[in-house]
Amino acid sequence: MTNNLIILPVMLQFTLAIVLLFFCKRIAAQKIISIAGSIVAVVIAVGLFRQVYEKSILTMQAGNWKAPFGITFVADTFSTTMILLASLSALAVAVFSTVSIKRARMKFGYFPSFHFLIMGLNGAFLTGDIFNLYVWFEVIIISSFVFITLGGKKVQIEGAVKYFTLNFLASMIFLTAIAVLYGLAGSLNMADLSGKIQTIKNQGVVQVIAILFLVGFGIKSAIFPLYFWLPDSYHTPQAAISSIFAGLLTKVGIYALLRVFSLVFIPDDFMKTLVVILGGLTLFSGGLGALVQTNMRKMFSYMIVCHIGYMIGGIGMFTAAALSGAVFYLIHDIIVKTNLFLAGGLIYKINGEVNMKRMGSMYEQYPALSLLVAVPLFSLIGVPPLSGFWPKINLMSESFVTGNYYLLGCIIFGSFITLFVITRFWSEVFWKKREALARKPYIRYFDQMSRSQKTFLITPIVFLSIISLYIGLGAENIFRLSNHIAAELVDTSTYIDAVLGAATTNVTP
Amino acid sequence: MKLLILRTTANFLLPLLLLFSLFLLLRGHYLPGGGFVGGIIAAIAFVLHAFAFGLRSTRKLLRVHPISFMPVGLGLAVFSALLPLLKGLPVMTGLWLDEPFPVVGLVGSALLFDVGVYLVVLGVALTIIFTISESV
Repeated sequence: MTNNLIILPVMLQFTLAIVLLFFCKRIAAQKIISIAGSIVAVVIAVGLFRQVYEKSILTMQAGNWKAPFGITFVADTFSTTMILLASLSALAVAVFSTVSIKRARMKFGYFPSFHFLIMGLNGAFLTGDIFNLYVWFEVIIISSFVFITLGGKKVQIEGAVKYFTLNFLASMIFLTAIAVLYGLAGSLNMADLSGKIQTIKNQGVVQVIAILFLVGFGIKSAIFPLYFWLPDSYHTPQAAISSIFAGLLTKVGIYALLRVFSLVFIPDDFMKTLVVILGGLTLFSGGLGALVQTNMRKMFSYMIVCHIGYMIGGIGMFTAAALSGAVFYLIHDIIVKTNLFLAGGLIYKINGEVNMKRMGSMYEQYPALSLLVAVPLFSLIGVPPLSGFWPKINLMSESFVTGNYYLLGCIIFGSFITLFVITRFWSEVFWKKREALARKPYIRYFDQMSRSQKTFLITPIVFLSIISLYIGLGAENIFRLSNHIAAELVDTSTYIDAVLGAATTNVTP
Repeated sequence: MKLLILRTTANFLLPLLLLFSLFLLLRGHYLPGGGFVGGIIAAIAFVLHAFAFGLRSTRKLLRVHPISFMPVGLGLAVFSALLPLLKGLPVMTGLWLDEPFPVVGLVGSALLFDVGVYLVVLGVALTIIFTISESV
């Protein structure tokens, strides 16, 4: 059925960004609008999620053009879950940024770009058209360009150059793949393509296109040979910005991979093996990268790369249980990685330092805060019963069942490396005695802040930690959700019926 | 630049170019033209004026900072996309008036969107060019 509720998450963010542009120079108004708007976005996302999860897939034909020709927006359980997670993270980051971002940067359009970025993410999650997916990716990249250069420090520009180059390359490959696909199948609607792709005689070319998509999305989500740009650029922007990058930007690549590979290209044995190998290598190399870092934020960035491997491995096995594990990991990872980078920002505000060797004594000074930060850290490792544990169990048992012992080894290796790195981080930053550091005049330290500013920094971390705890302790509910999503990914007929069936029962003007 | 010929022609060209940009904007739906080209031509009109009379007088002519065209244009575009919601149609459905206007022709929500694009392009182009020529 046609339902305009679907487009609301996109339109709300767009409207917010425009309203914020009108308040360009009034920082206080911007903060209030951004937070209030983000709360409304969460409410809408919850409403949309409940409607889709409890009833059925919703579709909307933009401009009332019928399905295979016009652009379809589809809200199934997977996309609404992603929208819900994105709006929760966005709310946390919006609150955090009101204090952590410098006023000068807010004047140069921090908040409008932020909402444009979230609009792009929501659009990418909702679209059912592969070219439209590309357009949303461009919206995301352009807003992230603003973020990554905002402030214009030398190290930022260096990171930005790497980020630009690789992301442009990825977009180009993605666009080429779409062009070739359109030339072969004559359609861009993913549900329509799903039927047409099987009738193409030259399946070899289809394989090549699938690999092109894998490379394009692979660069964006930082999988094995293509991840070098990420640790080099994610540590340069402000903590609030890199947390939204870490939580959502690489994950939208994973989302697109899951979507395209379940709906359009069904992976054959060669593809599965390839993706499993890439997943394992991502785990391995990301873990090794994190091991040698002493810069806190660079270490976290390598952790992103490492943990992408779990999801890629899950996609590679391509059974319902493995996909369910990958989706569960995705749900856990979005919240935890956003929280981790926010916590990193908080630690930076306390110490004024990103080098782990020079930090310390945090547990002595702030015991309650340390325990709070422990939640995302230990969720990341997957200490039972926290949230990282459940999807890993699922992925491990599934790699046993499918006989992917190599991937099993990599998963265990990745988990151990994470354990080691985080324990080292904990002992360096929280337990070690710190020598007194010279105060830097340009940093606003945590203990110089007013009470309300401290609250604004800590509340989002508490908020995301509670969600993390819920994912861990209420794992049964999340498993039910991820199994539901995996079932929809394996059996795409409901999705296809919802999109193409809607074409015949459309509203007539 | 203090060239007499340039100044004299710029005085005449500013309204002509603006008129031409509106012409392109209005014919854009079925024929070559549209909001983007129209906006660029309008920006050229102001840039020419700035070359001839200096940036300050062009700013005075515009009265508002060109960057404020952007949110207005984007707002118009969103408004035109959300307009069909009132009739219970999907977002971005084209709505058309029944009777054509004189001179302009048949008006629909697509024109509103194009006007939005026109303003955004004008705002962006002028902001970029003004900023660069100020820093030179």
